Amino acid sequence: MYENMVTARHYEERLQEEYLEGKQPAFDISAGPIPGELHLAAGHEASGAGVCQHLRDDDTVTAPHRPHHIAIAKGVDLKRMTAEIFGRETGLGTGKGGHMHLFDPDVNFACSGIIAEGCPPAVGAGLAAKKRNTDSVAVAFLGEGAIDQGGFLESLNMASVHELPVVFVIEDNDWAISMPKERITDLENGARRADGFGLRGERVDADDAVAVYEAAGEAIGRARDRNGPTLLELQVHRRMGHFMGDPETYRSESDATAAQERDSIERLEADLRAEGVDDETIEELRSRAHDRVEEAIEWAKDQPEPEPAAAHEDVFSNPPSGVTDTEPEITGHGGED
Amino acid sequence: MAQQEPEQDARTLTMSRAMVEAIAFEMREDDEVFYMGEDVADYEGIFDSTTGLREEFGYDRIMDVPISETAYIGAAVGAAQAGMRPIAELMFVDFFGVGMDQIYNQMAKNTYMSGATVSVPMVLTTAVGGTYNDAAQHSQTLYGTFAHLPGMKVVVPSTAYDAKGLMHNAIRDDDPVVYMFHKRLMGIGWMPAPDGPKTGVPEGDYTIPFGSADVKREGADVTVVTLGLHVHRALEAADSLAADGIDAEVIDLRTLVPLDTETVTDSVAKTGRLVVVDEDYRSFGVTGEIVARVAEADLDDLEAVERVAVPDVPIPYARPLEDEVIPDAADVEQAIRAVHEGE
Ligand SMILES: Cc1ncc(C[n+]2csc(CCOP(=O)(O)OP(=O)(O)O)c2C)c(N)n1
Repeated sequence: MYENMVTARHYEERLQEEYLEGKQPAFDISAGPIPGELHLAAGHEASGAGVCQHLRDDDTVTAPHRPHHIAIAKGVDLKRMTAEIFGRETGLGTGKGGHMHLFDPDVNFACSGIIAEGCPPAVGAGLAAKKRNTDSVAVAFLGEGAIDQGGFLESLNMASVHELPVVFVIEDNDWAISMPKERITDLENGARRADGFGLRGERVDADDAVAVYEAAGEAIGRARDRNGPTLLELQVHRRMGHFMGDPETYRSESDATAAQERDSIERLEADLRAEGVDDETIEELRSRAHDRVEEAIEWAKDQPEPEPAAAHEDVFSNPPSGVTDTEPEITGHGGED
Repeated sequence: MAQQEPEQDARTLTMSRAMVEAIAFEMREDDEVFYMGEDVADYEGIFDSTTGLREEFGYDRIMDVPISETAYIGAAVGAAQAGMRPIAELMFVDFFGVGMDQIYNQMAKNTYMSGATVSVPMVLTTAVGGTYNDAAQHSQTLYGTFAHLPGMKVVVPSTAYDAKGLMHNAIRDDDPVVYMFHKRLMGIGWMPAPDGPKTGVPEGDYTIPFGSADVKREGADVTVVTLGLHVHRALEAADSLAADGIDAEVIDLRTLVPLDTETVTDSVAKTGRLVVVDEDYRSFGVTGEIVARVAEADLDDLEAVERVAVPDVPIPYARPLEDEVIPDAADVEQAIRAVHEGE
């Protein structure tokens, strides 16, 4: 778990460096080796690692727009994920999806950049598990800003009435872009959303990876044992802007500093040391994580960019023949008299 | 030729400033006008659509709302039916699916189903467009989707001058208006705009009638019909072709509903050759509609035709893939040449 968290943190530090390349001195979102939006998850690591530690490859995870720490913990292929973020041909989605849309069917991982819209597909994965009578489970991650969305609330209800093996995980980092939690919900404890739908709701109040691990273990165990869905809310922190380039003018300095101070990684490390894990072991875990990240980034940057013509492929798994002419030739269609 | 733009020496504004100026003016004039959306108060709009407004009007009239498009777009419909004049912002047009019932079954149809005894005087603003590698859920243009469904007026400005005049109309209009602005035209620091959209803008209020296309460049040889960002790409193509003696006329539709068919057919009657350029998907959209209207009006006028649009694929992420599907000036140039030379 510690290793996953350290990997995620280092990975994102490296992505940040790569992302900023070509965007200096003036920030231009479309410049540099990683264009588009980039949402980093520094401060969220305990949630991805603590939850996914209990999952197997055949369990399904749906992640939102801030997915890297969850993907890493779920065991998504790090090299191919990185290649995807760099828009390379050998990326998870052959360069078509990018950082908010990572799909790794080998470990049943999927993403959506539309708020709360990963919840219904997670319910579907739970439904499939129930119908097929397997003991796999599904976990949907979402932010606290997403808990007002219909897609989430309808999913809670559906999972509850059909008793599906689904765990909903709210990552509460106090902010939805510039909107503080209190401005968009009257509920301090988002897990209370469960109350009206007849499923269990539980909140882990501090970003304490061990507490997250324990709460998630119970919830996932319950789902696996067919004892119904759970809604978990986990306190995490947003150490950076909402996306790279966010000036955060709406955020007080004290709030940003407080987020920096409550670091779940440092906390877990202290816990490990207190339990007698020595420096050498910690250093070894850190350097293994570091190497893995460097290797993935180096590999990804070496990969070829996709050929432009590939843009026309993959709309369908089973392309209809003779129907979809995605790029007709320019010939000046017209008649001679 | 529709609008006279102001003198060269007038002050120039970015498109976002021009939009905001119109909104602020209408809010000062009428207490019933208010603005709702995600990150519109303290952030002042991700695409600078509300810069400075919260400071002047406060949180009650520039409202941050929960991330719940169904609820707040629907609330705008309800407030409009109660006689207020809400402006609701959908941050990216791609998110329309979440609140679409409120948009097309409520906002757009209540007037009709009530036999026009109910009106819905609201504006739905939304950002459209790609060109910055944000992939399939954040880069769509979707002009055709909204224009296809009856009951909402659809506005697509390409310059600051047009953006302001059209916004004044949109807020004053008694019907729902969908106001689609292209991110790349707004003049945001982190997304450089081409030169074109920053234009002279009069200080006072003025309106631009809906359904009046604007001839942004006059020409005798080929008619290019387009809108939004692609007005600027078409103008770039036209300028580069001028050196080769090809004189293209560039028509900016400015509104899709209502659509100014006459300006288009008059131009084609003159040039005989038509190129339609769109950043939306090719099939069942703006390009097909324009070609159909020209054909219906007078098939004999039409000697050659070409469509330039996004092939029917979601917008891909990687740069070479996105460049492949979103038409650039060179694609427009090639199409103009093709219809000019004929086959
Ligand atoms: C349906 C929809 N509405 C709006 C957005 C724009 N948006 C992207 S992230 C975000 C804030 C999400 O906040 P939260 O769920 O708390 O997650 P966090 O970013 O804090 O991790 C918003 C409004 C979107 N992607 N989808």
